[in-house]
Amino acid sequence: MTDPIAAPIRRDFKRIAGWVDPQSRVLDLGCGDGALLGYLQQQRQVHGVGVEIDDQRVIGCVQRGVDVIQQNLEDGLALFSDQQFDTVVLSQTLQSMRHTEHILREMVRVGRTGVVSFPNFGYWPHGWSILRGRMPITKQMPYAWYDTPNIHLCTIKDFEDLCKQLNLKVIERVTFSPTAEVTWLPSWRATLALYRFSEC
Amino acid sequence: MTPSNIPRAPLSAQSASDTVSNSISHSETNSVGVVHTQYFEFHEPLPLLSGQTLDAYTLAVQTYGTLNADRSNAILICHALNASQHVAGVSAEDANEIGWWDNMIGPGKPVDTDIFFVIGVNNLGSCFGSTGPASINQATGQPWGAAFPVLTVEDWVMAQARLADRFGIECFAAVMGGSLGGMQALSWAITCPQRIANCVVIASTPRLSAQNIGFNEVARRAIITDPEFHGGDYYAHGVVPRRGLAVARMVGHITYLSDDDMAEKFGRTQRAPTADGDYHYGYDVEFEVESYLRYQGEKFSHYFDANTYLLITRALDYFDPARLTQGDLTRAFDAIKAKFLLVSFSTDWRFPPARSREIVKALLNNEVSVTYAEIDAPHGHDAFLLTDDRYHAVVRAYFQRIAEELNRD
Repeated sequence: MTDPIAAPIRRDFKRIAGWVDPQSRVLDLGCGDGALLGYLQQQRQVHGVGVEIDDQRVIGCVQRGVDVIQQNLEDGLALFSDQQFDTVVLSQTLQSMRHTEHILREMVRVGRTGVVSFPNFGYWPHGWSILRGRMPITKQMPYAWYDTPNIHLCTIKDFEDLCKQLNLKVIERVTFSPTAEVTWLPSWRATLALYRFSEC
Repeated sequence: MTPSNIPRAPLSAQSASDTVSNSISHSETNSVGVVHTQYFEFHEPLPLLSGQTLDAYTLAVQTYGTLNADRSNAILICHALNASQHVAGVSAEDANEIGWWDNMIGPGKPVDTDIFFVIGVNNLGSCFGSTGPASINQATGQPWGAAFPVLTVEDWVMAQARLADRFGIECFAAVMGGSLGGMQALSWAITCPQRIANCVVIASTPRLSAQNIGFNEVARRAIITDPEFHGGDYYAHGVVPRRGLAVARMVGHITYLSDDDMAEKFGRTQRAPTADGDYHYGYDVEFEVESYLRYQGEKFSHYFDANTYLLITRALDYFDPARLTQGDLTRAFDAIKAKFLLVSFSTDWRFPPARSREIVKALLNNEVSVTYAEIDAPHGHDAFLLTDDRYHAVVRAYFQRIAEELNRD
């Protein structure tokens, strides 16, 4: 995989594993080739299900022994019943979804707690790029403005505002730079933000 | 056909795949090779859902691969409307007869016969060697005809379970089927939860819609109103309701294909336009699609039994596991223990993806392990018989997982 944000993902895997109870039920939205669920099955013996649209990634999940449902997340979570899961994960997918509010609401409908990660648009080199008159292209977000899946980019503060608006209680927040966890000035210094939340 | 020459052996080992043979690519290699049908006789009466009983019956069976010492590597393949026990390989009787799921099953194929012991069985009531309406009723010495009992998917499963007993198989590693075969696999998971570890349901549905039943009824009326049907006892008259059966097949065939598929295959191409490209302004074959459907209907009517067509379409209509739970599929799946793989195809309007999703949702509600692939393929319902890399890769990966579980146990 040439996923540019693969490295920090490993660190957020560990964090997420720490938030997930052993043998609990986990739904991973946009689960890719099942790497996170495979990890959680190994580490926490969870009962995991992924949702993925891409054919090759679905095949990857089956090869890995991860249960997967092939569907477009934009079609909603009608397949899943209220409070069916202990944890619902949306990893680095929020920024590419059209119905941002809807998916966050759906996450707390089908699960007790939600876990979301997204690239922090407030990362200071982005601001520097904009000051120079250009949309940022970085290792973390390597797309030209006219050819990007990221249609709903936000900063850490933007996301927290939306949580308030949707009555979502942030239980925990962890922020990462490309090399480590960041606690000092995360709004500027973090490339990836990871949240755990529930309904208020 | 006269009563004296009613075949007990298959009328033909013809299969569902002939309907799409122009687009199927059979691999020359990786075949299970020349295959033979075995006949298993059962004398213990089989109680049927209808309340009737079948006192004695024969099942026509083929097997591929080797049953392991603890009999844990068995896969049962259930067939759809017009297929047979001849699932893979080349028929010993006719080298042109290739198994209907030969692209799926064989050495090194998605369902790998080097690992698994695969059983293909012809359903009761069919016409390829298992007891059906065209068989001789021992009580009368005449073909069963209209007296043959109506069968259901659940009855087939019970008969298949007895076949499993014969092989000493307590639990199938998987039961797998497409379309009506998928219904049988699903029924296995509901009615014999301890005897099936994995359930593989392709292009299927938890129940027929009114539209599905409507098409079946048109097919049945075509057969029943054929003057040569004789109330189902046409064998005694030495005739076959061939025209009705051909029309039934034509209707059915349309439902297996997608609109786009037909547009691409035939469009509005004229069969034999006049010299200046004009129509003939009559009711004989004008368009290619008419010629194709007539040919398919005609061919089918020479190898398939009309009573079997009635029986199997009715079994399709009756299948509805949620009927006993007031339509609640979740509760109907209460007993299920098997893990599931479901596959549907985007252009299948006979059993569209939404039907498979209903099954997925009910399984998830029961916390059953389920994987569901929705393949974006252009070939309609027939896609389940065709070679598609993505579809086959999912099935292959799933069966590799089953093989790994076998090794672990």
